This record gives sequence, structure tokens and C-alpha cells, in this order.
Amino acid sequence: MNASSIHPAGQGGALQEIVRRCEALYEDLHFESVKRWKAAAPGRKAIGYMPVYVPCEIIHAAGMLPVGILGGGDQLEVIQGDAYYQSYICRIPRSTLELGLTGRLDCLDGMLFPSICDVIRNLSGMWQMMFKDKYVKYVDVPQNYRDDVGGDFYIHEMQVLREDLGALAGRPITDEALRASIAVYNENRRAVRELYAYRAAKPWQAPTSEVYLVLRAGMVLPPEEHTALVRAYIAAADALERPKRDNARVVVTGSFCEQPPLGLIKSIEMAGCYVVDDDYMLVLRWLLDDVPVTGEPLAELSKAFLHRSASTASKYDDKREDKGKFLLQQVKKSGAEGVIFAAASFCDPALLERPMLLDVLSAHKIPHTNFKYAENTGQMAPIREQTGTFADSIKLWSAA
Amino acid sequence: MSTPIQMMPPAAPKKPPAPVQKEDAMWLQKEMINRNYHELGVAHDQGRKICATFVPGNLNELVMCFDMARSLPETNALQNGMRKKSGKFIMDAERDGHSEDVCTYVKSDLGMLLNGAIGPTGEPLPAPDLLLLSYTGCFTFMKWFELVRQKYGCETVMLHVPYQGDGRVSKAMRDYVLKQITREVIPALERVSGVKFDIDRLRQYMRESVKAEEDLVRVLQSAKNRPSPIDGYFGAVYYIGPMFTAFRGAPEATQFYSVLRQEIDERVRQGKGPITPDGELTEEKYRLVVEGPPNWTSFRDFWKMFYDEGAVVVASTYAKVGGVYDFGFRHDPDHPLESLAEYCLGCYTNLNFPQRVDMICRYIEDYQADGLLINSIKSCNSFSAGQLLILREVEKRTGKPAAFVESDLVDPRYFSAANIKNRLESYLQMIKQKRAAAAVH
Repeated sequence: MNASSIHPAGQGGALQEIVRRCEALYEDLHFESVKRWKAAAPGRKAIGYMPVYVPCEIIHAAGMLPVGILGGGDQLEVIQGDAYYQSYICRIPRSTLELGLTGRLDCLDGMLFPSICDVIRNLSGMWQMMFKDKYVKYVDVPQNYRDDVGGDFYIHEMQVLREDLGALAGRPITDEALRASIAVYNENRRAVRELYAYRAAKPWQAPTSEVYLVLRAGMVLPPEEHTALVRAYIAAADALERPKRDNARVVVTGSFCEQPPLGLIKSIEMAGCYVVDDDYMLVLRWLLDDVPVTGEPLAELSKAFLHRSASTASKYDDKREDKGKFLLQQVKKSGAEGVIFAAASFCDPALLERPMLLDVLSAHKIPHTNFKYAENTGQMAPIREQTGTFADSIKLWSAA
Repeated sequence: MSTPIQMMPPAAPKKPPAPVQKEDAMWLQKEMINRNYHELGVAHDQGRKICATFVPGNLNELVMCFDMARSLPETNALQNGMRKKSGKFIMDAERDGHSEDVCTYVKSDLGMLLNGAIGPTGEPLPAPDLLLLSYTGCFTFMKWFELVRQKYGCETVMLHVPYQGDGRVSKAMRDYVLKQITREVIPALERVSGVKFDIDRLRQYMRESVKAEEDLVRVLQSAKNRPSPIDGYFGAVYYIGPMFTAFRGAPEATQFYSVLRQEIDERVRQGKGPITPDGELTEEKYRLVVEGPPNWTSFRDFWKMFYDEGAVVVASTYAKVGGVYDFGFRHDPDHPLESLAEYCLGCYTNLNFPQRVDMICRYIEDYQADGLLINSIKSCNSFSAGQLLILREVEKRTGKPAAFVESDLVDPRYFSAANIKNRLESYLQMIKQKRAAAAVH
């Protein structure tokens, strides 16, 4: 596969149009779409959030736009941000600071920092000190999964966020508004699940280099618009016959925070892999099924988080036997033949998790390989070679 | 000091009990730590269960209520670092698949397990019966015990301590920790140990804790004197040892701190400076505040760079990593479980950035320090991520110069003596020049 086969000239105009739009949103480090959204009506506000998960429903219910901030990618020159970090710290905080210090995030009225790791946690305090006129909140999520313990705490945390955003919006966030937002996000998650199911069934029709861009659009678009976009993409992708190749079906994991550059995602595909599941932008798929729109909304969001959410390295596994369970399910459900563990350099949670996950995969005789990247990794040849060898070995084992 | 400390049953003394000299605080705490290793080594033979837990958020008094021996993996790692064993352990762990990017405490610990789980003193360290994951101020702890659990398969109980993101402890945070202690931690300790929880026993241990905490604070705050009778970083490591590890709440810790306090009070009366490995520092030229943990593999060399120049650390944030006591917090025997929650929430690395900056600025003022030195540790993102902003902010607010050196906890590959010495000497030179300039004006 090569790049031209992803966008076949003269075919699938609708598809190309969607992908082009998503690509433009992805490349826009000045967040023009957010500015346009805000300008469309007086008093609109936007709230940024970092990976892995925040309850976007609360931001949405406040009438605000949730904006996923995933670092600066490989197109941003980081100058000021580097002055705040030692060489052994990952890249996402420095590029995020660069975005802030260069005014690119001025369109945001606040920033949420989820409890993912010590670096992002500390960044929340740095943000408080450096951007004093903005709303800043560290969003702690429970590592205890009992409703009467972690649940109570999490509901309280969400209530604080609700009150803060209500104050920022100038009106309280009602239960009705929350329920309506939960419904909107249920629909968005459904659409994303459909997209993932479609890609797992026909990965040659929905290459990950496109699926990724469609997901990234969900970081800056209102959820209603993103839901429509996802479904439009599925329809457009399905309408265009693409060649099916004898690629290895793989799950990519470990990339839940700092994102790989798009070129790396393309390289994995070009090396002979179909990515049939991944952990990019987990916020869109964190809650695994619909959140009930009846009942107390924060309690329902809490139950969904505690009992029906995705697993990742920043989340505690209560029992030893839970380790790797989610990944094994991803492999099974998507019919993957192997796993690529791709983590950002210096990503503590992912890299500490790696040996445990690889042990679980080995115990289940699931082929795996691993490498590190940074969001600005430019040299793809070694990754392509490693991934290509991995794909070949899967195919050889399959043949045997 | 002439009063000898009568330690609790010296199981396997390597030296006869020595009269406590000023430098003997170091020896004494080492003796206590070594004895704890021996207790761990024989625990299972004696029918005792072992609980492994961490320094920040250490629920020592509670664990003692269940007659369990206490193992602290960070202490194991740093002891192995000081005894020059950690380098091999780390490389063995890396060969076993652990990333070169991650915490070397973790890799040193896992490497030790790969090498037969022989503890720093040469005695075997049996597998713990319970991993008490009191997860305060550092996400790596969570992964660390997941990794150990993966290896040992032993029971694990999590105590998630929420971060002070807004710079305060809310009722919800306190309630959350308290509920975990009562509904998760205590039942797990009872189940594993077979001992029923007795809150009066906990109260009794806490009464001991309070006395020891009072004395520790007095010792640490003695550095406000000129000259300082202690080094609040390198020396403080020995002073905080019993408090932060397996002894807080035990009568021997109370006794240790009482004797230590008398010793330091006496040094203040005599106007003496701190004891260093090479003897008493007779001329205090520079007073520094240090942020960040020490390097353990070259601990003495690192310290020597300071005292050779007449530099004394008068306060450090590392000496608060296992509990911030100098702003008033004490364990409370009348509300023992609540105060455990409060303690966990208040450990230094659980404070947010503005709080950390405030604390350092306050130290610079209260201890009349000449400036701030940050020892940035590669392994420890909890401390290190963002320290360059701390440096700028402290300089801005205090007008005092700050400097930055880099090393690691227990990975000898990341200690560059020449680089650190150069930077430290340049920094001290800068302080001197500033003083001279100020005198002229």
C-alpha cells in the first residue's frame, strides 16, 4: 500500500472531501474552527482538555465546546516549551505549553488536566501559574471502583466541575441539560463504535490514516457535528471499493496520550499492517456503552466510568487477572493477529505497563512487537522495517 | 551527646551499642533500618505476615496494629543504591524488558527480585503477603505494585489519595481516603494478618507518633539558627529515616527522636555547625534550600561537594516527602483514621505547583537562605516535571538566585560528578558575587 492508494484520484469525491476536511482540522494548530464556533454566537466558550478522559458531557451541558488538546504534533516548532522541561520528559507537555505560550490556545476559556500521569498532573499547576486568567482544573478520577467509595468521590469531583463551568457560563447546569448532553455523547460513541466495527470488518476500506483523522476531528468539532461526520465517512468509505491486501491485522496500543505523527500511522499501514483496533483518542470510546439518560446524570456517568469503561495504563487494575484483559478483548473482538505496542518516549504509564501487557500477550501466544516514538518523530524507515518484519512474521506463522 | 540510646531488642547487632555521638544519629538509624531488614528476613519463620508499602502515605501505625513486618521498596532501592548494588539490578531489569526511560527505583527493586530477592543487608527478603498501595503523589507507585503483583501474585489493596489540584484538601477528598481505609485497607489487613483491628492500639501508636513528630520538627527547624547545627538535606536523610519508614509510632522511634533532639539542642547551645562524613563543618559560608530527592549512588560524593565549599542545606523539600510536619500537621490519637487520611493528602508531592513554590519561598525566607538549588532527578517525574518553572518563579519572588543540577536516584549512569561540581561551584560563586555587590551598594 502507498499513500496514493489511500486517496485514489478521481474516485470517491465525498470521501476525499471528508478526509481533506479532517486533515485541515488536524493540521490547524491555531484552532480556527474553535474560533469560528465561538464567533458564531455571542458569549460562547470553549474548554480544552488533555488525554485520556474527561466527562465532556458536563462541558457540553454548559453550552461550551470541549476541545481535545493532544500536543503540537510534528508540525510545531517547540522553542519556549522546551525551556520548561528536562530532556527526559515526554514531548506532549512541552508542545502543549508552546501552544499556550504562543497564544494558539487563547481561544480556550479553560483547560482540564485529567489524572493520567505525574507530568500532566504537574502541568495543571504550571498552567495555573502561567495562565492566571484562565479556568484550570485538575480532574481526578477514582482508582477505587466501588460506587460507595470511588463513585461518591467521582460524583463530587464532577459536581465541582459542573458548578465551576456553570459559574463560567453564567447559568447553572441543569439535570435536563446534562441528560441531553449524555444523549448527544451516547450517539457520538455509537457512531465511533460503528466506525471501529466497520474498520475491523473491512480495514482495507477504512485505513487507519483516515480513521485517525476522522477521530481527530472529534477533538475540535461539536459532538453532534462529529457524529454526522463519522457516519458520513463510513458511508463514503463503503461506497468506494478499494483493493484488499494480504496485510497482517494488528491492534496498536500504548498511544493513549502523546500521539504518534500521522506519518507513523501511515508507515504502519504501508509496512503491511491493517490496524483493526487502537487506543488513540480514548476519550471518544472511554465509556463502553450507552449512559442511561434517565436517573441522576452524574451518578450514571460515574457508574459508566467505574464499571463500563476502557482500560489503559493510567487506570489501576484492581486484580492481577484484570491486567491485559481489555487488550485481549480488543484482539479477540477485532480478529487481530498481533499487537504493536507503540508508546511515546518517556511515557511512564505506558512504558511501565508494557512488560505486563507483553507477558499477557506471550502467555496467550499473541505475536507482538514494540517501539517508541515522539509526536515529532521524523525517521520512519526503522519503524517501517520493524513493522514490516513483524507483519511478515505473522503471515509466515499464519501460513504455517 | 553522652546518653546512649537503648534500642529495642537488637536482634543481630553488628556492632556493640555505641554511645551516641553527634554523628551517631546516622549510625543509629542505620541500625534500625538493618534490624528491620532482619525482621523481614525472619518474619515468615516467626509466623508474621509482611506488608509492603511506600514512604509517602505510609500508614505505619495502622500496619503495626496487625503485627505485620513492614517492607518499603523505595528504601530497599535507595539502600541498594548506597551500597552500589543498584546499577546491576537496573541493567538486569532493562534486559528483562523494562524501559530505560522509567523510574530506576522500580527497576532496582525488580532487578533485586530477579537476583534472588536478597535485601541490601544480604538477608533474604521474602515475598510480601500484602501490597499496600498507598498511592500518594506519584503515579509510578501504582504501576510499581502492579508489576510486583504480577511477579508475586500476592494480595494488593489500593489506597488512592487524590491530588491537591486546587491547592487544598476538600471534605470529599478526606472522606474518600477515609472510606478506603475503613472499607478496603483495614479489612484487607485483617484478612491477611488474621489480627482484628483495635482502634485503641492505633491511638497508642499515634501518641508515640506525635512525640516523635514534635521532635523531628524541632530538629529540622534548628537549621534556622546561624550556624545551622544540621544539614537539612543530606543530614536530614538520616533524621527522617525512622519517621518515614517502618518506625513511626513505635516507641523506639520516639526514643530516637528524643535523643536526637537533645543532641541537636546541645549543638545549638554550643553554636556548632553540622556533622559531615568528614567531621564538623566549622564555617558556614552558604545557606541553601534544596528541592528534589538526593542521588543515592554517590551520596557522599554529592554531599562533599557542598561541605567542601562551606555550603549547608538549611531546608529541603525531600525531607517532607514522607510527611509535611513543619506547618503544624500531627497525627491525632483522638481522630486516628481521619488523621491518617489527612497525613496522606498532605505529603509534599501531593501538593500542587503553587503550593510547592509557596513552600520553597517560605523556606528561603524563614531559614534566611542564600538561594535555591534544584537537584532534578531523571527517574522522578512527580518531583521533576516542571521544576524549571519552580526555579524561575522562586527567583522572581524571592530575588535569590537558583541553580539546577541533574542526576538520578539509584542509577549510577546518571551521576556526572564533574558536571554537578562545576555547576555547584559556579552557583556558589554567583552567590558570593551578589553578596559583594550588595555590600558595595
